[in-house]
Amino acid sequence: MNELDNLLSADFMAPMAALGVAAAVTYFWRGLGVAVSGKMDKDSAVFRWVTCVAYALLAGLIARMILLPIGPLAELGLEQRAGATIISLAVFFLTRKNLLAGVTAGATALVLMAKLGPL
Amino acid sequence: MHNTPDNFGSIRAAYIQGAKDALTIPALILGSTYMGFGALVSETGLEVWHALISTAVNWAIPGQIATMELYAINASLFAIAAAVGLINCRLMPMTIVLMPFIRNKKTPKIVYYFMSNFIAVTGWAAAMKQCPRLPEEQRLPYFTGFVVPLWSVCMLATYIGYHLPGLLPAEVTMGLVFLNPVYFMLVFLADFTQPGRPTALILGAILGPLTFLLTPNWSLLITGLVAGTVAFLISEHKHKKAQSQ
Repeated sequence: MNELDNLLSADFMAPMAALGVAAAVTYFWRGLGVAVSGKMDKDSAVFRWVTCVAYALLAGLIARMILLPIGPLAELGLEQRAGATIISLAVFFLTRKNLLAGVTAGATALVLMAKLGPL
Repeated sequence: MHNTPDNFGSIRAAYIQGAKDALTIPALILGSTYMGFGALVSETGLEVWHALISTAVNWAIPGQIATMELYAINASLFAIAAAVGLINCRLMPMTIVLMPFIRNKKTPKIVYYFMSNFIAVTGWAAAMKQCPRLPEEQRLPYFTGFVVPLWSVCMLATYIGYHLPGLLPAEVTMGLVFLNPVYFMLVFLADFTQPGRPTALILGAILGPLTFLLTPNWSLLITGLVAGTVAFLISEHKHKKAQSQ
């Protein structure tokens, strides 16, 4: 019974409410996407527009995550994140678009700069 | 049957190829990211179950990080719903765009409603690249084969990461979290030349941070609508011009 009491305690359930709400709004978008897609012609102008919106949203989100992050990365300076991003891009193109090399270089640069201060 | 990038030969082979494609770099990067997420949750003082449930039913890292950050500062449920809803609004156009490339006539609708839970950037980008080239019956299997193992790796990594803080220096956690946006950026740069995409990607990347400075909550919605519409108008204009010539 103790186990169950623990699980149902406020400490456990309060975050569960937050997680539940987050999951519900997230699923709302995915489910709505499935519902709407059934009524949309892949060759229509509306579909091409939605495609552009999707790519713009993704690019906007990624740029924001790098330049203006929330979470632990926010503790670092903009110049550290931008510097690590530039190093990652440079290695990516120098290695003929090797994803793993680019990503590893960027993350390593970030860790080093976080430890030692900006280069 | 011949195995090519345009035809894996059988439905079974499509599942396996999806898993093979996922369980290399994508699993490595997302695995690291989710270790970072697990570590973040344990630093917030929550239990491992919270971290696992978040990855299980709310799989897509930006919304998961936002949920934890907002919870940590005691934000109201309404504030959490609004913020996560606005961050994850991209999942609707992403789903609309992907569906025609994974749909087939035989699979019941409910399957798509279930599988849509696994639509997130990595699997989406992989399926957008591979699925249009495949025979219809191999498309959903490829996507499923890709995302289900990838999600399983994320669950495991969340669990491991939760038990890491204290073992890992804070800088390394930062590096793990940083892997994710940098990886996404390079994935889109690798397929950059697909028609119609560069304008949307560039405009989005510029507007995203700028609008975030003005209005963090509405930033993504504005970015998607404005940058997406402008990119659409430019590409339609080019298309018409090319046709009239």
